[in-house]
Amino acid sequence: MSPVLAGVLQLLALMVALALAYRPLGDYMAGVYSSPKHLRVERWIYRAVGANPATEMRWPAYLRGVLGFSLVSVLFLYLLQRVQGSLPGSLGFASVDPDQAFNTAASFVANTNWQSYYGEQAMGHVVQTGGLAVQNFLSAAVGLAVAVALVRGFARHRTGELGNFWADLVRGTVRILLPVAVVGAVLLVACGAIQNFAGIHEVGQFMGGSQQWNGGAVASQEAIKELGTNGGGYFNANSAHPFENPNGLSNLLEIFLILVIPLSITRTFGRMVGSVRQGYAILAAMVGIWVVFTALMMWTEFRHGGPAFDLAGGATEGKETRFGIGASSIFSVATTLTSTGAVNSFLSSYTGFGGGIAMLGMQLGEIAPGGVGSGLYGILIMAVIAVFLAGLMVGRTPEYLGKKIGTREIKFAACYILITPALVLCFTAVSMVMDTPLNSLTNSGAHGFSEVLYAYTSGANNNGSAFAGLNADTQWYNTTIGIAMLLGRFLPMVFVLALAGSLAEQKPVPMTAGTLRTDKPLFSGLLVGTIMIVAGLTYFPALALGPLAEGLAS
Amino acid sequence: MSTSTSTSAPDPGSGSGSGLGPSRAPHSDVPTSHRPEDGRVGGGLFDPRQLLKSFPDALRKLDPRVMVKSPVMFVVEIGSVLTTALAISDPGDWFGWAITAWLWLTTIFANLAEAVAEGRGKAQADTLRKAKTDTVARRVVGRGEERVPGTELRIGDLVVCEAGDIIPGDGDVAEGVASVDESAITGESAPVIRESGGDRSAVTGGTKVLSDRIVVKITTKPGETFIDRMIALVEGAARQKTPNEIALNILLASLTIVFLLAVVTLQPFAIYAGAEQSMIVLTALLVCLIPTTIGALLSAIGIAGMDRLVQRNVLAMSGRAVEAAGDVSTLLLDKTGTITLGNRQAAAFLPVEGVTAVDLADAAQLSSLADETPEGRSVVVLAKQTYDLRERAQGELTGAQWVPFTAQTRMSGVDIVENGAARKIRKGAAGSVVAWVTERGGRVAPDAHTLTDRISQEGGTPLLVAVEDGAGARVLGVIHLKDVVKEGMRERFEELRRMGIKTVMITGDNPLTARAIAEEAGVDDFLAEATPEDKMALIRREQAGGKLVAMTGDGTNDAPALAQADVGVAMNTGTSAAKEAGNMVDLDSNPTKLIEIVEIGKQLLITRGALTTFSIANDVAKYFAIIPAMFAVVHPGLDKLNIMNLSSPESAILSAVIFNALIIVALVPLALRGVRYRPMSADRMLRRNLGLYGLGGLIAPFAGIKIIDLLISLIPGIG
Repeated sequence: MSPVLAGVLQLLALMVALALAYRPLGDYMAGVYSSPKHLRVERWIYRAVGANPATEMRWPAYLRGVLGFSLVSVLFLYLLQRVQGSLPGSLGFASVDPDQAFNTAASFVANTNWQSYYGEQAMGHVVQTGGLAVQNFLSAAVGLAVAVALVRGFARHRTGELGNFWADLVRGTVRILLPVAVVGAVLLVACGAIQNFAGIHEVGQFMGGSQQWNGGAVASQEAIKELGTNGGGYFNANSAHPFENPNGLSNLLEIFLILVIPLSITRTFGRMVGSVRQGYAILAAMVGIWVVFTALMMWTEFRHGGPAFDLAGGATEGKETRFGIGASSIFSVATTLTSTGAVNSFLSSYTGFGGGIAMLGMQLGEIAPGGVGSGLYGILIMAVIAVFLAGLMVGRTPEYLGKKIGTREIKFAACYILITPALVLCFTAVSMVMDTPLNSLTNSGAHGFSEVLYAYTSGANNNGSAFAGLNADTQWYNTTIGIAMLLGRFLPMVFVLALAGSLAEQKPVPMTAGTLRTDKPLFSGLLVGTIMIVAGLTYFPALALGPLAEGLAS
Repeated sequence: MSTSTSTSAPDPGSGSGSGLGPSRAPHSDVPTSHRPEDGRVGGGLFDPRQLLKSFPDALRKLDPRVMVKSPVMFVVEIGSVLTTALAISDPGDWFGWAITAWLWLTTIFANLAEAVAEGRGKAQADTLRKAKTDTVARRVVGRGEERVPGTELRIGDLVVCEAGDIIPGDGDVAEGVASVDESAITGESAPVIRESGGDRSAVTGGTKVLSDRIVVKITTKPGETFIDRMIALVEGAARQKTPNEIALNILLASLTIVFLLAVVTLQPFAIYAGAEQSMIVLTALLVCLIPTTIGALLSAIGIAGMDRLVQRNVLAMSGRAVEAAGDVSTLLLDKTGTITLGNRQAAAFLPVEGVTAVDLADAAQLSSLADETPEGRSVVVLAKQTYDLRERAQGELTGAQWVPFTAQTRMSGVDIVENGAARKIRKGAAGSVVAWVTERGGRVAPDAHTLTDRISQEGGTPLLVAVEDGAGARVLGVIHLKDVVKEGMRERFEELRRMGIKTVMITGDNPLTARAIAEEAGVDDFLAEATPEDKMALIRREQAGGKLVAMTGDGTNDAPALAQADVGVAMNTGTSAAKEAGNMVDLDSNPTKLIEIVEIGKQLLITRGALTTFSIANDVAKYFAIIPAMFAVVHPGLDKLNIMNLSSPESAILSAVIFNALIIVALVPLALRGVRYRPMSADRMLRRNLGLYGLGGLIAPFAGIKIIDLLISLIPGIG
């Protein structure tokens, strides 16, 4: 079988599996967030943290919950790393430096999982499993909660109430992420991923010399790393490491885990707003972008653009032979389009265009299908903008799902779309004119620029994948990327929740023949167009000087 | 049952029936000089000379304090100032001067669009000002009167106006009847009747009394009169940004910030790449990227939308109301005058057994000659049209004794003596005619009852025709009077339904009649035997469901409903209470116009959306022109993006800037006229406009920039 065909077949198998999971998982999640019942274990948690899950929260209260909880999480994770040296079960690793500890804490709480450290050389069992893995669950659950709050904003009328943050957080963790992650971890172990608390093994190498291998609760962290679109690898090599991602099957399973919640949540959305077709329209836009990006990535990586590529059958540098070009391309697109940021290949070695596709995937704002929760609220914001423009063109004050998109709503949406471009472009620009940040570059010219642009794109969009090549463990990058991750995660949430509150207060506008239908293919197309135009226009000059210059040079 | 309805009982809501002089029937279709082509929302006029005439105004608007109101164009102006300074510092650089000149032109073109839009209103305002000449009022003091300047009148003052006087202020007629020339505000030369009490008591300051004497009770303060407000409105002085316009401005501002960031951060990237850019090039890029096209035309679109209403003789008291009109999902339409012609008309002659239709028609015509009511006239006309019976003048028949219609007898007729034989013909309400026949010992044919019942069930009004001659008194047959639905209304309502708008007919008729007319006209719903309270309840009910309601009204009892409706169009002939309550006034007092108002509201929003889409789509081509021009030197591969094959980097950037400026001028007519609007479903409309302005906006600049580049490259020493 040709490698291209193998890649295409894997993509098709993936789509079938995702399609099978779509309805049951989407409906189940809708049930989780709508049910009035609490599990016993949930009641214990509420009692322990002193929360009343029955209280309805308006958006400022909900936001206070999100920010307060996240702040505590950052502090906890920071302190845990700072005292690692004195903790048992730390494999003898020292405490983490302040700037790197801040960066890592911000990174994991912001669901980014940018890693400026080498997992196997810096983090012991306690930090990995008790700190980082826990945040893999909680940060994802926070994203889900905010998305659900926005959906309630659309679904509810004449009330400012968006649900209870604590209930949403706990239910997302206990009823959705934990069970699926457990199943995922078991399957990964079955594929050959490791799961233990072993120490460091000294292993001899074929070519002489020796190598250190860590054990650890890898499979469990791997499952939630993908499921929660986190992406922080147990090991530095991330999903390219055979302990994390042993073979082609585990690779496919991981891609499935990455995509399953962000895609299925459109069904949840459809159920909660009372029309599954609305969910399909959003799903169609997501899948459209995802498939086109994957096809483009495979095309540019398989393309034979020179004697070396001809011999190798494509751009094979930096890709694991056990996955090949096809599976690596599928993985890379899935991970950059979903704010996961896990990698199973060395993105810096991709072709110029390939790196550009990965970068543009993040620059779309992580919405196709995007992060767990964040993908849905991100694309709904774009839908609001698309509806605003298109709604005007049908001669009515724009409305979406029976809610008017007026001054207040557009103000919040406009602020939302400003944040990440501002963070990415400003931090990159400052880095490009300062000497110290430029010292971290390992390449010159357009590729060197791409390294920095990629780093801030990844951070501000909460992706966390690295282009590699950039030495990011410096005070400058640890601090600025840390800030970019926090602002890129939590500022948008402020506007999302404000928008949700504003929508929930409205009375519904009835649908008529004059209303723009948002559950039709035309709307999906319009949504894709809006996303591409807004992101494309914002980043085109920067992309031209990085991946485009590189890609067009050959 | 409607059989008891007399032929001349005033139809509820028609307001006609006073029979006074040359009255302009308030609900009839009045021909006006502004009638739009077959009622469809079409374009306003646009004369390129207006561009030249408004040029000085455009320059005056360069004042930064004015510019700051449009964030997008304010950025362009700052950019123009910046490039001017740079060009002065390097006077030998032709490129810097060329960019500077075109950036200033971009700003001026934007102002020009607004100035032209305002200029059209100004002309109207000047005409109105002429009407607002200083008047001397004859204020009533005790039993006498004193002469005071019109500006000193206070609310509640009584003033006397006689033939030839200009009415000094807005008010209601407290006493008397007069014919008034309102051409100053309506442009309609036919005089109208104003009388105390009832729904036609309002007079407007600046209009002229032509006959008789009235006493007017002043209802507004000087400076706040209808004419003052009208002047402010058409001049745009009172123009406030509408909610949707504000929302769009926010989106445009945020896009401007995004592009500002993209351009400002580009310089560090460029320096790293070894291709530092001049400030002039960066400014040019910024101006090309920010949505200048819509930014330049946004306020012109709003002003022009109001202006299109003014052209149709509708005054919107706020832009908000015009926007709301586009969102209306329920229209309340008065039956009389809007859906049907003003009066019932004879539609058929139905003879009883043994009588021919011609005989019946002849008798009906004869008996109606003395009936001056519109219904009576329609009987005469129908007989003439269907049976070719000549209308006989009253003097023609000698020895005929005419019995005119009265409200007491509810019959009209004639007593003729022909060849010695006396013949009495009567026509009138069924009850009265039956009584008349039985009194004379005649018989009423049984099928006469069948016929009247059938007509009543169909929603019509039956009139009986009877005769008494040598053969005794008997009923000849029935005239079927019915409301005539205006031509084209059914299609109009069909269109409204496609636009998602529900129509509700409001009538004082009984439910039976109302249903028949509602079915014939094709409205979605009707409210029969409607009282003002019913109307109010209906509006509230619709609004509770989130719908926006539009209605027209003229009477004082309509005022609460007009105020409650989202779009309340008061008839100019109505009371001042109604005009106060509504948010629009129709100077022509033509209720059908409500439909046009809705279309204008939609057109306003569509124009905004279309030009925004166009503006943003334009950016793609501009990137393809400018980015290779900036960076192909250091990254030769980027020259592959120069798909337009522009002749030189300078020419490429200049062409993009010139295109960006010229497209504004090119779209001024569209902004003023509004995008063509046809009623269709939202989906079809979106598809059409996306194709036209989205795809068009993507492709057009590629062609435009290429053409400009070709022209520039012809200039020696540049290309």
